[in-house]
Amino acid sequence: MELSRLPAYLAGRLVKAAIVILAIVVCNFFLIHAAPGDPASIIAGQSGSADARFLEQLRAQFGLDQPLYVQLWMYLKGVLTLDLGFSHRQQASVAALVWDRLPATLLLTGAAFIFAIVLGVTMGALAARRVGTWWDSIITVLALAFYATPLFWVGLMLVLLFSVTLEWLPSFGMMSVGVEMSGIGKVLDVGKHLLLPALTLGLFYVAVYARLSRATMLEVADQDFVKTARAKGVPEGRILRRHILRNAMLPVITFAGIQAGQLIGGSILVETVFAWPGIGRLAFEALLARDYQVLMGVFFCTSVMVVLFNLITDLLYAVVDPRVEVS
Amino acid sequence: MTRLLTVENLTVGLPQGADRPHAVEGLSLHVDAGEILCVVGESGSGKSITANTVMGLLPKLLPVKGGSITFEGEDILALSEEAMRDRRGRRMAMVFQEPMTALNPLMKVGDQIAEALAVHGRGQDAAKRVPELLAAVNLPDPASIARSHPFRLSGGQRQRVMIAMALALEPALLIADEPTTALDVTTQMQILRLVREIQSRQGMGVMFITHDFGVVAEIADRVVVMQHGRIVEQGAAQQVLNAPQHPYTRALIAAVPHGDAAARPAVSVQPMLEMKGIEKTYHRGGWFGPKATVRAIHSADFTLFKGETLGLVGESGSGKSTLARCVVRLVEPEKGEIIFAGEDLRPLSRTGWLPYRKRIQMVFQDPYASLNPRRKVGDAIAEGPITYGVDPAEARARAAELLRLVQLDPSALERYPHEFSGGQRQRIGLARALAMQPELLIADEPVSALDVSVQAQVLNLLADIRKRLGLTMLFITHDLRVAAQICDRIAVMQRGAIVEIGSTAEVFGAPKHPYTRALLDSIPGQGWTPPDLSRSA
Amino acid sequence: MKTFWRNFARNRGAVVGLVILVLVLIVALTAPWIFPGSPWDMAGAPFAPPGEDGMLLGTDSLGRDVAAGIAHGARVSLLVGAVSTVVSLVIGIGLGAIAGYLGGWVDDVVMRFTEFFQTIPSFVLAILLVAIFTPTIQSIVFAIAVVSWPPVARVVRAEFLSLRSREFVQASEVLGKSRISIVLGDILPNALSPIVVLSSLMVASAILLESALSFLGLGDPNMMSWGFLIGSGRSVIRMAWWMSVFPGIAIFLTVLSLNLVGEGLSDALNPRLPRNRGGKP
Repeated sequence: MELSRLPAYLAGRLVKAAIVILAIVVCNFFLIHAAPGDPASIIAGQSGSADARFLEQLRAQFGLDQPLYVQLWMYLKGVLTLDLGFSHRQQASVAALVWDRLPATLLLTGAAFIFAIVLGVTMGALAARRVGTWWDSIITVLALAFYATPLFWVGLMLVLLFSVTLEWLPSFGMMSVGVEMSGIGKVLDVGKHLLLPALTLGLFYVAVYARLSRATMLEVADQDFVKTARAKGVPEGRILRRHILRNAMLPVITFAGIQAGQLIGGSILVETVFAWPGIGRLAFEALLARDYQVLMGVFFCTSVMVVLFNLITDLLYAVVDPRVEVS
Repeated sequence: MTRLLTVENLTVGLPQGADRPHAVEGLSLHVDAGEILCVVGESGSGKSITANTVMGLLPKLLPVKGGSITFEGEDILALSEEAMRDRRGRRMAMVFQEPMTALNPLMKVGDQIAEALAVHGRGQDAAKRVPELLAAVNLPDPASIARSHPFRLSGGQRQRVMIAMALALEPALLIADEPTTALDVTTQMQILRLVREIQSRQGMGVMFITHDFGVVAEIADRVVVMQHGRIVEQGAAQQVLNAPQHPYTRALIAAVPHGDAAARPAVSVQPMLEMKGIEKTYHRGGWFGPKATVRAIHSADFTLFKGETLGLVGESGSGKSTLARCVVRLVEPEKGEIIFAGEDLRPLSRTGWLPYRKRIQMVFQDPYASLNPRRKVGDAIAEGPITYGVDPAEARARAAELLRLVQLDPSALERYPHEFSGGQRQRIGLARALAMQPELLIADEPVSALDVSVQAQVLNLLADIRKRLGLTMLFITHDLRVAAQICDRIAVMQRGAIVEIGSTAEVFGAPKHPYTRALLDSIPGQGWTPPDLSRSA
Repeated sequence: MKTFWRNFARNRGAVVGLVILVLVLIVALTAPWIFPGSPWDMAGAPFAPPGEDGMLLGTDSLGRDVAAGIAHGARVSLLVGAVSTVVSLVIGIGLGAIAGYLGGWVDDVVMRFTEFFQTIPSFVLAILLVAIFTPTIQSIVFAIAVVSWPPVARVVRAEFLSLRSREFVQASEVLGKSRISIVLGDILPNALSPIVVLSSLMVASAILLESALSFLGLGDPNMMSWGFLIGSGRSVIRMAWWMSVFPGIAIFLTVLSLNLVGEGLSDALNPRLPRNRGGKP
C-alpha cells in the first residue's frame, strides 16, 4: 500500500490487536475458574497452610466471594495495570518473574527465528532453482526429516553428540557458572551456550520455510508475469531476484506471523532441555509446582508477544504488497 | 518488402501421453516487415506454441524436433540462450492474452517498462521514454499511470501498458498472443485500432494470434489457418476470408455467428415475466476502511413475453448476469418485483419458491464448472425430477430421452462429466435443465467458453429445442453477433441499467442510445460479410 | 479407485511411508502378545544397554524394558493421534462448513473466532489445558483437539466458499434441492480431498504434540508413551543414551511416515491434470 495510508492501517491493526489481547485475558480468567477445585484452596495449598481462616482471608483478598462479573472486572483491571497476580510458591509477583525471564527467551526465539528463515528460505530457493536435480532431492529429504523430528529429541541428540561425546559445546544454562566475564568474552560465552538451543528450536522451522518457499517459488515461477519478464529479455538472475523472490516472499511473511506462536511454544521444550533461563523454563518449573498463577502469566505474556509479532508481519506485508487495502 | 521472419518445416514435440505426438508439425510461414499476419485456429491448434517457439520461450517439456526459424537473417534456433535473450524485447517483443496476470503485481508499471529498457542497456532513457511510451498507447496522464501498481488499472489499461512495454525498444517484430480475448468488445476494438496504428507508424511486422475471424477481418493482411498443429490454409486476408479453400477453414467461417438482424414477427403479447424496479447494491469495505458501494442493478425493468427469446446484452460488469440470477433467486435483490405468471416471486421464501423451480430453469456458462465432477451424468439429469417426487426409474428413462434430444448417446448416463468435451458438457447442462420441463429457460452465456465451431452447434441446438418445446428464453451474452442470431428482442445493459430495449432489427438497424452505437461499432470485422458457404460443398 | 492407487504408488516416498505406517500399526496391535504384561514392570537389571540381558533396546533406571515401552507406547501415540484428529475434524468441518456455506456475518464471526485460536500460542494453551484439567487421556485428546482445529476450519471454509459459487452448486440451487442435500451431496464430496490430506498431517502433528506433553510430564500417568520414555531418559542421558534415542526414532519414523502418506494422498487426490480451457498449452 502507499506509505501515506500506513498510519490508518496501523491504527486499524492496533485496535484489532487490543481486542485480541482483551479476549485472551477473558479466556484466561475463565480457564482459572474452569479448573477443578477452588482457586483459594489451590493457592493455600501452594503456600503450605490450609486452615479455614486463612482460606476465608484468601477468598476475601482475591474477591472470590464476589459475583463472577465483578471478579472478571477486577481481573481485567489488574491485567491492564500489568498486575498478573502473585506467586505464593515463589513469593514474587508474576509480572516480575516473567519480566525477569523475558530477555533470555527473546534472545533464544529471535536467534532461532533468524536462523530458520535465512537457512530455510535459502534451501527452498536453491531447491526450486534446481528442481528435479539431486540438490532438490537432498533438500527435500532433509526438510522432511527435520519436519518429522520432535524438537525436544533433537535437543537431546545434539547434547549427546556435541556435549557428551565431542565435548565441544555446553549443554545447559545461558552462561558459564562461576566465571566472571565482560565485553566480548561474555558475548562469546552466551553465544556458545545459545548455539545448540537455537539450532534445536530453529531446525523444525527450517524445514517449514524450506518447503514453503520451494513451493511458492515454483508456483510464482509459473506465473504469467515471469514470462513477460522473460519476453522482454530480462536475464534469469534478475528475474529470480526482482520478480520471483519478491512475490514468493509474501506467503513466507504471512506464515512467519502464524508460526510465531508455535516458536514460543517450542521454546518451552527447548528451554527445558537446555535449562535456558527463559519464560519457557519458568513455565516448566511452574508446571512441576502446579503454580497456575505463573502458568497463566506465561500464557498471557506469550500471547501478547505473538499478537505484537503478528502486528509487525502485517505491517511488513502491507509495505511489501501494494494491493493491501485499509480494511 | 523485407522478409523479417521465416519459419520452415518447424516441428515441436509434445510430452508423452498427450493426444498427439507433436504440438506443431511441418509448419512453414513467414512475416514481412510492415504486415500483420494473423494465425487463426481453435484451442489446441498449436498457434500459441508457434509464437512461443519464435520467442524462444518454449517450456522444456516441448522440444523443437526439427525445422528452422530465421529472424533478421539469423538462424535463431542455433543462438545461445544469452544471444536469444538479447534479441527478446529488443528486436522481437510479445504481448500476452491475460492482462490481469501478465504484469508483476508488486512493481509499478513505470518501473516494469523501465526494466525493459534497462536490461538492454538503455536505462538512462527511461525517465523520458516511459511517459512517451504510455502516451503513445493512448493512456491518459502517463506520469501518474507510471507510478501506479498494476492492480489499480483496468484490463484494457494493463493491456496498453503491455503494448507500451513491448514497443519500448522499437522491435522489428511484435507477437501478440490473443491480446484482446480477455477484453470487452469496446476495449478490444480500441486495442485492435492501436495495434494497427502503431504497426503502420513504425513499420513493424506483427504476428497476431486469434481464434476470431471478426478480428482477422479487422486487422489481417495475410492469414494462416491452423488445425491440430498443422497449417491447413494460408493466403491474403481477402482471399481466405471470402473464398476459403480448405474444408476446415470453410467450416470455421460458416460457424461465425452472422445473424441477419432481420425483422422477426412478434411472438405473443402474453407476458411471462416482468421485472419491475429491481435494485441490487453490493457493499464492500470493513470497519475502518473506506466503504464502497456498487449499484449492480437499478432501473432495469423489462417484460418477457411467452415464447420469445430476449437477449440481455452488455459488457462485463454491466449487471446482466446479476439480473438474470435475480430471476432464479441466486441473487436476492433489495427492492422490486419479479412477476412470473402473475405472482411476485421476490418475497417468497426458499420453500415458497419450490413450485416455481420446475418452471424456471437455467443453463450456465462454464462447461467445466457447471456439472458436479463426482456425479454421473444420468444422476445429474435425473436428480431434479426425483427431488420433485418423480419415480427414479421413470426419471432415468426420461434422462436417456433427453440425452438423445441434445444429440448425445444415452450411454452417457453412466459416465462422469470429465469424460466429455466442453460442448458435450454444455448439452448435458441443457438436458439437466430440460428435465424439469421448464417454461422459462435462462441461458447465461452458454456458448462463450466454447470454440467457434462448437458454439455454432450448441446455438443451433438451443434454437431448435426452443422451437420444438415452445420455451421462453432469457439469453445473456456479451457477444452481439450471437445475440443477433438467436434473439427476438434485445435489451442492452450498461452499469446496472437497461439503456435500450427493442426488437433485434431495431436495435441493430437503428440504435438509439449512444452506448448501443458504441457496442455495435466495436463488433470486429463489420466490413466483412462472411460468404455463404452452405450451398457449395 | 484403481487410478487413485496408481497415482499414489507413483510417489515412491508415499509407498515407503505406508509400509512404515503399517509396521507401526502391527507393532501397536500386537504389543500385548509380543510384550505380555505391563510395560511398567521391572523386566531386567536397571540401565542394561541394548542387547544385554536379553533386552533388545536396553532397560531404564528401574529395569523396565525400553522395547516393551515403545511397543505399548505406539498404542497410546496412535490412539491419541487418531482420536484427537477426529475430534478436531468434527469441530473444524462443522465451523468451516457453516462459515463457508452461509457466508455474511456468520462467516465473519466464525472466522474471527478461528483467527483468535490461531493467534494464541497453541502449545502453551495445550499445556495450560492439560495442567488445569489434570493429565488424563481425555484431557490430552481434548487439549490437542482444541488447538488443532483452526487449520481445518480455514481449509473447509475456503473450499465451501469457492464451491458455493460454482455453477454446479448454483444449478442444484435452481433445481430446488434442499440445503442439506446440497451441502452433503454437492459441496462436501468435492471438498473432501484437502480434508483427507490434512487429516494425515494432523495425526502426525497430534503425535508430536502428545509426545511433547508427556515429555514435560503431562502424559496420562497410567499410560506408557514415547514422550514419557524420552522425558525419563533426559536426566540420565550421559549414562543411558538408549533410553531417549530409541523412542525418539519411533516418533520420527511414525511422523515421517504419516507426512509421506499425506504427500502421496495429495498427489493421488489432486493430480495436476492439464486443464486446457482457454486454449493455452
